[in-house]
Amino acid sequence: MTAAVLPHMEEHHDAEGSRFGMWLFLLTEILLFAGVFLLYAVYRYQFPEDFHYGATTLHTLLGAVNTLILLTSSLTMVLSIAKLVRGERRGAVAMLGATIAMGLAFLVIKVFEWGDKISHGIYPGSETVMDRTAGENIFYGLYFGMTGLHALHVIIGLGVLVFMAVKISKKPRKTVRLGAPGNVALSLAGADGSKLWEGEADEGVDGVEVSLTYAHNEELQEREVTQLENAGLYWHLVDVIWIFLFPFLYLIT
Amino acid sequence: MDESARIPYSRYLMVWFALVVFTGITIMVAGLQVGGWSVFAAIFIAAIKGTLVLFYFMHLRYESMLFKVALMVAMLTLAVIMALTFADVSFR
Repeated sequence: MTAAVLPHMEEHHDAEGSRFGMWLFLLTEILLFAGVFLLYAVYRYQFPEDFHYGATTLHTLLGAVNTLILLTSSLTMVLSIAKLVRGERRGAVAMLGATIAMGLAFLVIKVFEWGDKISHGIYPGSETVMDRTAGENIFYGLYFGMTGLHALHVIIGLGVLVFMAVKISKKPRKTVRLGAPGNVALSLAGADGSKLWEGEADEGVDGVEVSLTYAHNEELQEREVTQLENAGLYWHLVDVIWIFLFPFLYLIT
Repeated sequence: MDESARIPYSRYLMVWFALVVFTGITIMVAGLQVGGWSVFAAIFIAAIKGTLVLFYFMHLRYESMLFKVALMVAMLTLAVIMALTFADVSFR
């Protein structure tokens, strides 16, 4: 049986269109964060002293460490794609694992940072913050809002990466279904053309489903590369947003 | 990313190294207390870092014109929104 007899094998796969769809989604994410950045910029313009003071109370070292962690996780992310392109599935999964580990480390540090602020009574709507000036109140509100929205994206990104790691760990697999034949004769061919197994059925057959597990399959690998690239695009965008968040919140004093 | 399928690992490492160096620079500049320039410097360096990630890690450099135009349209829209907002806030 040749591939030509299985018309459903020729599925359309548009890698560039898929990536462009992801980019369009990312552009909406950029606009979402840009709105919050604009809010930050306007209030910073109105309360320069309070924002200056607020930034000095944030832990710059933890922010810097988290920046390095995210930058490095972006590197392992792109290396994971590069490995999968070269057909090194294990290497791709290992690099994904490193990316996931760094994403978790980022979140752990974030929890400590928030925990420290909250233990000092600084959180949106707390008595300590409400007693301070309007500008400081807004600064801490933006700090928790912006880093919180970003952390939410890190969590979602981690979910996507775990999904991809599990998917790539499994062998490439494809299921083909042929509908409603009258009767069916099946055989499995060995390497030398011999028949390893055959069977026949002519009553009550509604379809034939073939599940193939490949040692290697170019087309399936291309699909996985596209999926991993889109997952990577999301992860990198989260990194880009942090690249802007870090100096704005922690550094500009 | 078809023609970029085999970008050497070394290029990614170099981009990562540049990103780390720029992070160091942005922290140092913030410590210099150069007044109003510190905001400008921070935005400028963040823009360079963001561009590096977009063009190399996100492969924008190797994508067709369509992707770049889409990003440009989004950025210009943003610039207009920001300019109009500040025009409003500054002259109130």
